[in-house]
Amino acid sequence: MSGALRVDGLRVSRAEREILRGVDLQVPAGEICALMGASGAGKSTVLRSVAALQPFSGGSIDVGGFALNPGPVPKESRLKGLRRKVGMVFQAAALFEHLTALENVTLAPVHALGWTKAKAREGAMALLEELGVAHRADAYPRELSGGEAQRVAIARALAPDPLLLLMDEPTSALDPARRGALGETLRELADQGRGLLVSTHDVDFARAFADRVAILHEGTLVEHGPAADVLDRPGHAATRELLRGPTST
Amino acid sequence: MTHRLVLILLLVLSLPAHAQRPVLRWGGDAEGGAPFVEADPADPSKVRGFDVEIAEMIARGLGREPRFVQVAWASIEQSVERGDFEVGMSGLEDRPELRARHAVSIPYYEFQEVLAVRPADRGRYRRLSDLAGRRVATLGATMAYQMLLDEQKRSGLVPISYDDDVHPYSDLVAGRVDAVLLDNIIAERSLRRTGGFVIQPEPAATGHYVAVFARANAAMRDSANAVLRARMQDGSLERTFRRWGVWSDAQGGFFRRVLAEAPQAESGQKDAAPVPGTSGRALRTYLPALARAAGITLVLSCLAMALAVSIGILVAAGRVYGHPVLRALLTVYVEVMRGTPVLLQLFVIYYGLSGVVRLPAFAAAVLGLGLNYAAYESEIYRAALEAIPRAQLEAGRTLGLSEGQILRLVRGPQALRLALAPMTNDFVALLKDSSLVSVITVVELTKQTAIYATNVGSWLVPGILCALIYLAFSLPLSRFARALERRWSWG
Repeated sequence: MSGALRVDGLRVSRAEREILRGVDLQVPAGEICALMGASGAGKSTVLRSVAALQPFSGGSIDVGGFALNPGPVPKESRLKGLRRKVGMVFQAAALFEHLTALENVTLAPVHALGWTKAKAREGAMALLEELGVAHRADAYPRELSGGEAQRVAIARALAPDPLLLLMDEPTSALDPARRGALGETLRELADQGRGLLVSTHDVDFARAFADRVAILHEGTLVEHGPAADVLDRPGHAATRELLRGPTST
Repeated sequence: MTHRLVLILLLVLSLPAHAQRPVLRWGGDAEGGAPFVEADPADPSKVRGFDVEIAEMIARGLGREPRFVQVAWASIEQSVERGDFEVGMSGLEDRPELRARHAVSIPYYEFQEVLAVRPADRGRYRRLSDLAGRRVATLGATMAYQMLLDEQKRSGLVPISYDDDVHPYSDLVAGRVDAVLLDNIIAERSLRRTGGFVIQPEPAATGHYVAVFARANAAMRDSANAVLRARMQDGSLERTFRRWGVWSDAQGGFFRRVLAEAPQAESGQKDAAPVPGTSGRALRTYLPALARAAGITLVLSCLAMALAVSIGILVAAGRVYGHPVLRALLTVYVEVMRGTPVLLQLFVIYYGLSGVVRLPAFAAAVLGLGLNYAAYESEIYRAALEAIPRAQLEAGRTLGLSEGQILRLVRGPQALRLALAPMTNDFVALLKDSSLVSVITVVELTKQTAIYATNVGSWLVPGILCALIYLAFSLPLSRFARALERRWSWG
């Protein structure tokens, strides 16, 4: 399978402190990669660097052929190619509070991609349908449950049909039943040919739904491989520590 | 030794006795300046002027110690009736309304209402009737202002009311007004100080200065009249007026006429009893003027708020998104505008900058209030913009929206809702602050109410009416804001 994401030697420093110390990571299209590690290990920093929300000081990032280089974050006008390839779902959904679920999903296609309202609406309704929240299309974010809001946020990120979907702690606010349902949805999205990079603390979720697992420890990737290999036969003390801890936050 | 002790004892005993000498409090406005009442340049805690000397003559004649009470000129009548002091003097004009409401002394000085014009207009504007459609300035709530209002009905002259007697002349020289109608004493004083205009020789009217007492204090007024007559006869008044350079032969003739009148006549005949229905008639007379002034307040406030919102949005955007240098400059703007009185800003814009740009009063009022409130609005918008969660802005970026689109489509609409309640508060505050613009000659609701109140001699009805009009503006505004907030509550 072709690569959705390739990260080589990613380094991020902030005020003399190294947050990431040379991270190598690949996410092939069609696979779910769980990025795991204790709080402060640097999981969110990897996601934010890939989404060009923060600068990085060394290494390279390639998303489906779009390369990001060290240095300041490029101007948005130079990131249009990247924005079509990467979608991101934030931890607390971060839906636009003044817009309905449907408007949240159609906003970018209409204003960033120049689609007609009718086309954007049609695409958005199909996504909401697929994610099981079409009946909430006219609801405002504060009327949605945590699970519904997250699905709307996924639909919003998927609207430009990106090759890579980044998700920051998607299970943190979900009960076990909803975690399972979310995992199945992510599996379907991967099966459609997308690469998914999902940061999580949730070992059970990773074991059940991830193809690969990458373990981050103090800014370094200490293990990276098929989920069963890494989680069932941990080779690093940090992984073992993670497996001993609570299965969810 | 014993004699010396007795002498000291007597002196000590005499001190409290001297201090207990009854006091005559007299009210005047030192802001009016010389030759009426001004702070003594040698000792600013004291006042001097011909009104000061006359007040002293009256006090001494009544066996009392004069004590000056500073009071705003427009409030002298109200204060004397309240009992803040026994007698009010400060170039007070003898008017029928004054006699109807208070005990008023015999006139002690005769002045002329004179027309001042620019030298080039000396031949064109000789009298009020020549000034149809022209702007003529005077002090508000005076006989001259009433004359201008009457002339407005006849010839369409435009009366411009000022709160002081200096700026009418500087604005005449600057070309903001075409003529000034005021007492000859004030006109001649301004001519000496600033110049740049001429006084037309033909007086527009003759008036008299009087002292005013509370209505219930007619007995003291009668005693004061006796003192004034005596001082006219013994030449003291003439010496005072000569000392202050306001004596003329005509005053001598005027004194003789006053002295020829029978003393007992004035208390019974000259003071007219209050005419029943006066306030009712006044209400009908003033209602159109109040309605017009209310319109000015409303239009002025709406325009100033529109300006404040527009500039406030730009300033807030500059402070949130701008270059550090721009941010620093905008911070200075906000702090200066919020940290100095709006009254001062209005003065600077209207009078201070008149050498550079000569703004019409209304435009200066809109600009002054607008620029001041823009500082407050910008802080509201900045806080509202910064209250929108960062994750939403980042979500916008990952979706490919430009910074401009994020501001317009995501951040702005949500910030607007947060800003709505404080904005409404500010608009209500601005409605009330708009009353300050009367200092730069805009006659808005409060100023018109003050004129009305001065003329009817009571703040009760005009005050209630004025408050009702302000409430009629602000209450629907609050309701509208609440309705809008409900509508924008997003579920």
